[in-house]
Amino acid sequence: MTVRRVRAWMFQALMILSLAISMGALVWLLVGTFVKGLPALDMKLFTNPPSSVPEEAGARPAILATLYIAVLVLLFSLPIGVATAIYLEEYARKERWYNRFLEVNIQNLAAVPAIVYGILGLAFIVRGIGVGRVLLAGGLILTLVVLPTVIISAREALRAVPDSIREGGYALGATRWQVISRQVLPASIPGIATGSILALSRALGETAPLLLIGALTYVAFDPTILGPFTALPVQIYTWVKLPDAGFQQLAAAAIIVLLAIVLGMNAVAIFLRSRFRQKW
Amino acid sequence: MPHHRVIAWHIDNLDNQGDGNQMRIFSERRTAGVAAVVVIAAVGVLASVAVAAPPALDKLRGSVTADGSSTLGPYMTAAAELFSRAGAKDVRITVGISGTGGGFERFCKGETDLSDASRPMKNKEAVICKTNNIGSWRAFTVANDALTVIVNQDNTWAKCLSVEELSKIWDTGSKVGNWKDVRAGFPDQKIKLFGPGTDSGTFDYFTEKINGKAKRSRSDYAASEDDNVLVQGVSGEKGGLGYLGYSYYEANQSKLNAVSIKNPKTGECVAPSVATAQNGTYKPLARSLFVYAKGASFKRPEVQGFLRYIFDHEVAIAKRAKFISLTPAQLKKSRINFDLAVKASAK
Repeated sequence: MTVRRVRAWMFQALMILSLAISMGALVWLLVGTFVKGLPALDMKLFTNPPSSVPEEAGARPAILATLYIAVLVLLFSLPIGVATAIYLEEYARKERWYNRFLEVNIQNLAAVPAIVYGILGLAFIVRGIGVGRVLLAGGLILTLVVLPTVIISAREALRAVPDSIREGGYALGATRWQVISRQVLPASIPGIATGSILALSRALGETAPLLLIGALTYVAFDPTILGPFTALPVQIYTWVKLPDAGFQQLAAAAIIVLLAIVLGMNAVAIFLRSRFRQKW
Repeated sequence: MPHHRVIAWHIDNLDNQGDGNQMRIFSERRTAGVAAVVVIAAVGVLASVAVAAPPALDKLRGSVTADGSSTLGPYMTAAAELFSRAGAKDVRITVGISGTGGGFERFCKGETDLSDASRPMKNKEAVICKTNNIGSWRAFTVANDALTVIVNQDNTWAKCLSVEELSKIWDTGSKVGNWKDVRAGFPDQKIKLFGPGTDSGTFDYFTEKINGKAKRSRSDYAASEDDNVLVQGVSGEKGGLGYLGYSYYEANQSKLNAVSIKNPKTGECVAPSVATAQNGTYKPLARSLFVYAKGASFKRPEVQGFLRYIFDHEVAIAKRAKFISLTPAQLKKSRINFDLAVKASAK
C-alpha cells in the first residue's frame, strides 16, 4: 500500500521536476534578457539604423526586413503549401508509389535543418537563378524552410473535415472541385492558418540560412524587395559579437522585439483557431 | 609602339613596420614594362594635385558593397555612417562580416566592390580573382591593429612572453598543457587555450607570425568566431590564454590582462597599445588592416568618393570605431596610393 503511494508520489514529483527544468530555463532566459534589454528598448531601436556607436544604434532596417520577409513567406508558402496539401489529401491515390514517395519526402524535409536550405538557396536561388543576395532570396529560402510544415499542417486540417461533408456535396451533384473549394477548404481555413503562422514564426527566428546568403550586417537604409538586407535575428547575432557592452544590451532589446513579433503572430494563430473553429 | 599586356607586381610596403607585411598587388595595365609603371606613378602623384575637384558628396548616387574581416567591420560601419552624415545620403553602403577569407571569396566572384581584410590577399586568392576575370584591384591600408594575447586577471606570472614561448604553446602537435612547461618558474597551472576560428584573418596572421606559417596551429583549443566568447573563456579560466584584435581587449580591459610580447629584435617586452602599434615597436603582432577595391568599381564615383572620404577622415573614423588610426606617414602613403588609383582609373 505505502509502496504504491510512494511510487505515485515519486512519479508526480518527477513530472513536476521536468516541468520546473523547462520552465526554469525559460524564465531564467526571459528575465535575463528583459533585465539587460529593457533599458535599451526605446523608440531609437525602431527609428535608427545600426551604428558603430551603441548609443545611436537602432534596428529599423532589420525590423522592417523581418516584417517584409514574413509577408513574402506567407505569400509564397500559403498557395503552394495548400495546393500541395489538397493534391495529396484529396486527389492523390495513396496506393501509387510516387505519392507515397512524395509523402515520405515531405515528412523528412520538415526535419531538415534550416542551414541546409540556406546552402541550397545560396547555390540555386542566389547564384543559380541569379536572384542575388537580396531580400527576395531570403524570403524564398525561408519559404522552403516552412513549406513542409505548412503542407503537413494543411493536410491535417483537410483531414479533420469529416467525409460526410464531402459525401453530402457529391450527393447534391457537386464536382470534386466544387466540394473542395466550397466546403472542404473553407472548413479547414482555421487549421491551415494556425499551422502556417506557427511555421512562419519559427522561420522568422532563423539566422543561419540568412547568414549564408549574406544578410549583411550593416544596412543603414530601409530595405526593398530587390535590395540588400539584414534581418532581426541576424542583427542580434551581429550585435552579440561586437566588443562594446552597449551592443549586448541592444541585442537583448532586439531579442525582446523579436519575441514580441513572434508571440504576436502566435496570438493571431490562437485567435483564428478559437474564432473559426467548427464542430461537427 | 606596341603595348603588351603585363601584370605589374607592385611591392607596396605601406606600413612603416617593415616586418614583411608586404602587400603584393596584381594590377593589370597596358604598359611597356614595369619601369613605365614607375614613371606613370610618379607623374600620377604630381598630376593628381591638379585633378578636377571631386563631385560633392550630396551629388553621389548608387550603392557600395563591402564584405570581409569581422575585425574591420566596425571600422567600415563607422566610415559608412560618417560618410552618409557628411552628405552622401544617396549612397547605399552595406558592410558584411564574412571574415577575411570569406570576403575575398565573394570579392573574387565579383560580388562585392570592396573587400575588408585583416591580412594581405594570398597568392592563391589572387589566382582565383584572375581566373574569374574580375579585372584589376588595389589594396589600401586603412588602420592599424595590435593582435593582443590575453590571459586571466589572476594570472600573475605571464607578464611577457616571447615568440618562441608562444610558438611552443600554439604550434602544431604542441603538447604543452601546463604553464610550468612554458617557462621554468611558471606555476603548476593548467593552460586553457582560446582562439579564433580558422576562417579568420586574425588566426592566419597570428599563426604566421608565431608558428612561421599561416594556419599552422595546434587544433585542440576552444575556437570561436565570436571574440566575446574568447573574452568570456579567458576571463573565466585562471589558466586561460587566447588572442584577439586590440579593440576587443580594449573594451574588456577590466576583465583581462594583456601579455607583453618580447620584441625579437630588441629583446624588450612591449605591451600592446595604440602608441606601440603605431611606432612599430609592438612586434611581431602589430598589423595593418586593408581595404581592397575592385578596379571596375573604383571607376564609379560613389566608390571612389567613399574611399576618398575614408582617407580624408581616417583619424575621426578610427576614433569613432575605437581603432588604432594610421600614423601620418602611413596615411600619406595610403593617400598617394589612392591618388594613383584615381589617376589610373581615369584612363
